[in-house]
Amino acid sequence: MTAVAEEHHGPPPIHYSSRVSPSVLGMFLFIASEIMLFGSFFTVYFFDRVVNHGVDGHWPPEGFHRPAFVAGVNTLILVTSSFTMHWADSSIKKGNRAGLQAGLVLTVLLGLAFLLTQVVEYHRIGFNTGDTSFAATFFGLTGLHGAHVFVGLSILTIMTVRAFRGHFSPEHHHGVEIGGIYWHFVDVMWIVVYVSVYLL
Amino acid sequence: MRNPIRSEADAFRFVLLTIGYFALVVIGSVINVWLGVVVFVVLTAGVLWWFVVRRREPDAPVRQAPAASPPEQYRVLVVANETVGGSQLLDTIRERIAGRSGARVLVVCPALNSPLRHWASDEDEAREKAEDRLEASLRAMQGAGIQASGEIGDGDPIQAIEDALRTFQPDELVVSTHPAGKSHWLERGVVEKARERFALPVAHVVVDRP
Repeated sequence: MTAVAEEHHGPPPIHYSSRVSPSVLGMFLFIASEIMLFGSFFTVYFFDRVVNHGVDGHWPPEGFHRPAFVAGVNTLILVTSSFTMHWADSSIKKGNRAGLQAGLVLTVLLGLAFLLTQVVEYHRIGFNTGDTSFAATFFGLTGLHGAHVFVGLSILTIMTVRAFRGHFSPEHHHGVEIGGIYWHFVDVMWIVVYVSVYLL
Repeated sequence: MRNPIRSEADAFRFVLLTIGYFALVVIGSVINVWLGVVVFVVLTAGVLWWFVVRRREPDAPVRQAPAASPPEQYRVLVVANETVGGSQLLDTIRERIAGRSGARVLVVCPALNSPLRHWASDEDEAREKAEDRLEASLRAMQGAGIQASGEIGDGDPIQAIEDALRTFQPDELVVSTHPAGKSHWLERGVVEKARERFALPVAHVVVDRP
């Protein structure tokens, strides 16, 4: 709240007590736009699946194999990275800088492992983007997610460097919060992609 | 309106819930495709039900006892908006502080805003209007011989009271509203909520005209 001083001039100060701060709101609006982007890709995927599933009764089409096991291991890696991210955030809230640094480093490493595994999976999967609409939507969805992991990793790397430079404190760790929310969003989207594309 | 995901911890909890949700759907689908569909429908309906019910039934208020005011000083917190300059309100305040030397009155004007503008953090106009009303109110009080200070508060009157309690330890709270049928605050049960939540006397003043 702001005291109204008689000599006060200019616009009134911003009040934050009971609502989302602008930076967090900005992240949520960004995530909302991302959900719509992923939604459009899922729409294409399920449209293709419904239309083509009826042709010969097979999904994925004959001759295509989805590496569900490798992707499952990758899912575990990414889910684990959410735990380490949460550990990092919880640590800085308690003033534990070592925990923050270790949590962020582990999260970056796990994210890198996920991305590298996906690259290897692409290399060995045995089909390419131009081989049927299934292949196109498969690479479209998983590639779109991979791009988000890359962006998340970039954010995490910056956060990690800042953590080692002594930035962030129990009172000021907004950068960790924002990056963490984005990373968890990437994790949630992967769970949806994995279940939809690899398992069902 | 409360956003259910406000922090990294909330987002992490959402990740765990997502894992549980999809794990159940996948297990159901592995047993039988239609069982998977049923699990999906039931879980989705459950989530929607929880979200709707949770929004309609907010958490039980935590009763707050503000710190005691200095013994030599009687303090009155007034929360009002359009009605802040009403004569009934001025009479009520005068009654409360009559015979108490060194009494302090703090007027809080909530910066009422539309939900859309609130969410978009566009509250400059609401705060400017509240500030105009507050300055007029303070002038009216000064004219009535009441020495008062003022603040702009949150758009939610209960939140505005809670904020004020952190810096001003009142002995009494006065909530001024329009009469029933004209008052949004009465419709939303602001006075009842204030009585439930804050452990101090709450006086309700109905003012028909400012």
